[in-house]
Amino acid sequence: MKAEENIIERWHNTDILLVGGSAGSFKNIFHLIKILRPDINKTVIIIIHRKRNFLSDIETLFAENCSLAVREISDKDKINKNAVYIAPANYHTLIEKGDYFSLDVSEPVWYSKPSIDITFESAAEQYGDRCTAILFSGANPDGAGGMLKLKLAGSLTIVQNPEEAEMSEMPAAAININGTDYVLKAEEIFELLTK
Amino acid sequence: MAGALTMDASSEILSAEQITELINLVKKIYGFDFSDYTKASLKRRISRIMLIKKMRFYDLKHLLVNDHHFFQDFLEEITVNVTEMFRDPSFYKALNSQVLPYLSTYQQIKIWSAGCSTGEEAYSLAILMGKAGLKNKSFIYGTDINTVVLKEARKGTYSLRNIKSYAENYNLSDIGGALTDHFSTVNDTASIHNSLKANTLFSVHNLISDTVFNEFQLISCRNVFIYFETQLQEKILNLFYNSLCPHGFLCLGSKETIRSDVFKMKFKPVNQKENIYQKIES
Repeated sequence: MKAEENIIERWHNTDILLVGGSAGSFKNIFHLIKILRPDINKTVIIIIHRKRNFLSDIETLFAENCSLAVREISDKDKINKNAVYIAPANYHTLIEKGDYFSLDVSEPVWYSKPSIDITFESAAEQYGDRCTAILFSGANPDGAGGMLKLKLAGSLTIVQNPEEAEMSEMPAAAININGTDYVLKAEEIFELLTK
Repeated sequence: MAGALTMDASSEILSAEQITELINLVKKIYGFDFSDYTKASLKRRISRIMLIKKMRFYDLKHLLVNDHHFFQDFLEEITVNVTEMFRDPSFYKALNSQVLPYLSTYQQIKIWSAGCSTGEEAYSLAILMGKAGLKNKSFIYGTDINTVVLKEARKGTYSLRNIKSYAENYNLSDIGGALTDHFSTVNDTASIHNSLKANTLFSVHNLISDTVFNEFQLISCRNVFIYFETQLQEKILNLFYNSLCPHGFLCLGSKETIRSDVFKMKFKPVNQKENIYQKIES
């Protein structure tokens, strides 16, 4: 019970929610979007691996199902609270001092652009212990290094239990390098976020 | 491994002071001014160089001061040279349908690919102009601060692997035919046809410190502004404004917009989504 109270308190004390995922994560991230409370008073930043030229309507779909403003990130966009930001395909997203995003077209990391690691590491540098980071299903180890950096900076790091994740490699990689504070089922993650 | 270059927890973490120190040093010795580059990205590039070359901050500083050849390597790594032919097919579609009809009315069409890297964008534009029957009256200038990438651009040769990846973009651009129609292939290298290389010129130009060098009907500067702070973007928008003919076009990257209030008044959006603008005469 003590541990449970601790995680809730830590979640309440952070003001940035970072969400990463790749193959097999979409359903859960979509659900997360749906349950975000309008009074969350946090910034939500979502990095999902996406193919370039894959014209998807993720933003529209998310916007229609979210009580917060949803926006695909453009370069130098200001970072506000009570807003959901989605990393664009074919760019890496970085966080600059002074609360704005910058984009980068440099080499893919783990064959991925956007890279979850790059944004998470950048968040660790700018925000230190102010983040809650969640890593869902994925078929490659991107995100693990970023989770570790966030954890070392004092942020709260949670992965979806690899046993229930559609693709276990991504959450398992974060656990393997000891980058996670908690390993939870998707249902438990959603429960925490509504508290 | 593609992921091997992510910084692990043990790599040296650079402080803001160290970045500033390096910026000042490069400015003083080499005259390149990185002070208004976006910091998070610049820091990542510098950390990346240290990781690739297996050096600590002190070694990097030492080399920059004492080895002027090293500076070329440094410049090449610190600037991002990743580019694609027909990056963002929807942009090329918009160019084709909304801008080319207007450009076709000019006697001569001068195009500037600013920050051209290894030339993929300049040649994409050459192909587009060729397909529209405008190649003979088009002149395409590609500029970059990096002499190494310019050499590659002049060659106009690309690996088949890259061409394959660009072909996907090409097909989505609805230009007609195939990307390989514009190349001749020997072994695993594809060379752009000489007819497309004609009327292209690649030369060194520094957007930050150099001035107007010609008058253009279209300037394409895509995914360069992402590395610049907004005050530097404004300075370069001024350079572009002064380099465009009346009603000339400016194309930015699909995630780059004109942030400056001054220049929002001087350019009108032609296509908001693709960030294509047209100069307003004052």
